[in-house]
Amino acid sequence: MTSSLPTPPPSVAGQAEPDRRTDHGILRLVRILLPVVVLAVGIAAWSLVVRINNIPPYVLPGPQAVFETLVKDWPVLSLSLLTTLRTTLEGFVAAGVGGIALALLFNQSKWLEYSLFPYAVILQVTPVIAVAPLLLIYLPQQTAVIVCAWIVGFFPVLSNTTLGLNSVDRNLAGLFQLYGASRMQTLRYLKLPAALPFILGGLRIAGGLSLIGAVVAEIAAGSAGAGSGLAFRIAESGYRLNIPRMFAALLLLSAAGIVIYGLLALVSHLILRRWHESALRKEN
Amino acid sequence: MADSVLSEIAPDPADLAVSLRGVTKLYDRGVMALGPLDIDVRRGEFVSLLGPSGCGKSTALRLIAGLNAPTSGTVHVANRTSETWAGRCIGFVFQEPTLMPWASVRDNVRLPLKLAGAPAVEANARIDEALAQVGLAEFADAFPRELSGGMKMRVSLARALVTNPDILLMDEPFAALDEITRFRLNNDLLALWRNLRKTVIFVTHSVFESVYLSQRVIVMTSRPGRIAAEFRIDAPEPRAEDFRTSVEYAGYCRTVSNALTPSYQGQSA
Repeated sequence: MTSSLPTPPPSVAGQAEPDRRTDHGILRLVRILLPVVVLAVGIAAWSLVVRINNIPPYVLPGPQAVFETLVKDWPVLSLSLLTTLRTTLEGFVAAGVGGIALALLFNQSKWLEYSLFPYAVILQVTPVIAVAPLLLIYLPQQTAVIVCAWIVGFFPVLSNTTLGLNSVDRNLAGLFQLYGASRMQTLRYLKLPAALPFILGGLRIAGGLSLIGAVVAEIAAGSAGAGSGLAFRIAESGYRLNIPRMFAALLLLSAAGIVIYGLLALVSHLILRRWHESALRKEN
Repeated sequence: MADSVLSEIAPDPADLAVSLRGVTKLYDRGVMALGPLDIDVRRGEFVSLLGPSGCGKSTALRLIAGLNAPTSGTVHVANRTSETWAGRCIGFVFQEPTLMPWASVRDNVRLPLKLAGAPAVEANARIDEALAQVGLAEFADAFPRELSGGMKMRVSLARALVTNPDILLMDEPFAALDEITRFRLNNDLLALWRNLRKTVIFVTHSVFESVYLSQRVIVMTSRPGRIAAEFRIDAPEPRAEDFRTSVEYAGYCRTVSNALTPSYQGQSA
């Protein structure tokens, strides 16, 4: 009896599994719930502060007033939202196409890269808010706004794509050489797929930046008295002391930014999920 | 001893698959990496290049493949005898599986044919055949990350075989695998070689692997890489696990090891 092997408690394996699973489920729930709770507490505190101190809406509107304005002014705000989104999209597409195309050019010709890359950096480090007024002088307003969105957005695409194109596996490159691949074949079948995760990462950053670029340009243009985007609404409402509308427009901008980021993250995940480490579920 | 083996071969030039004459390779810093090197490999022969790390055996293989050019000397690779796609008479298996992670097993194996512009119907048939040869027919649609190290290496081998090359160059292909997997792949490679009769040049730093696989083992010294000795392994075919445990095998391993020792002593570390 005493010499027999100690029998493991039979329930250990059976219990541990579901326990861990529920732990995991609770953790996920907590991760979703906590930010929601923080949001609710924040809104409640905001509402209380406004009510207790009797702050007038032209100084700080309560959350309810902001929400009411959002509903009441929806016809105006939704049009502005569409305008800003279209500008952002156009700037984003220009940034994506421009960034990838430039990176491909640089990758094909070192001379071109050495000649132009410093200027790409200069374009990036010069604050766009300072460039926007100049652009508005020389370009039609709609074009200027898109150019602003492009300036802010293209650099992360360019630098990430360049990084991706340069991080091709050396042996795979040798293999392509061995089988006599042409430059185009190497680009299409090796370099672009290898760079894809990097390109998608760059695009994800560019999405948010395009929105910033669009907003910056609208604000700059707004003071010139034209335009109808959300940022213009914010500037305009500021002049009119329509603070609730400023908040409502800001809220929409935030929401737009979140949706853009979420969409790009989703697209990236869908494209990479079959093979790239970043998109694989963590195991063990 | 090494010389007597060589002179005994006295190969007919038409019978040679690969011929290196006075080949040297200097690195960019002017350090002599290789040679001068004279190697002849006959058609259908299985030859191992054995040596310590950094002795230039991989460099020699890359020179034969045409991936690098020699600093001096000539590398001659025989023209293809069998029909192969676009004259790619060389298949290369790297130390790493070197697979495209974004492509399925089938598409990885398809690569050489795609680059050569092979028609799809014939390509598919060849891919199926190559995958069957390495025993991966069922995994055609898997992605590399879903495979074990040994299976990835098999895919790499299938990709090298899919053009039906005359010469197979293998650069320490099984070095990163565990011993059990390596033994299995050794046996499978021998079986493939017996069936297909390709010329194989196999780079390894394992005495045991080189003796087990090869008809001839070329031992190299390091810095610069030169031929230290050559051994003919006249073990009966087909070789299998019983050869691995035979006295004969142990004897060959001891002889080759002894030839390898001086080349180790030349190194400071």
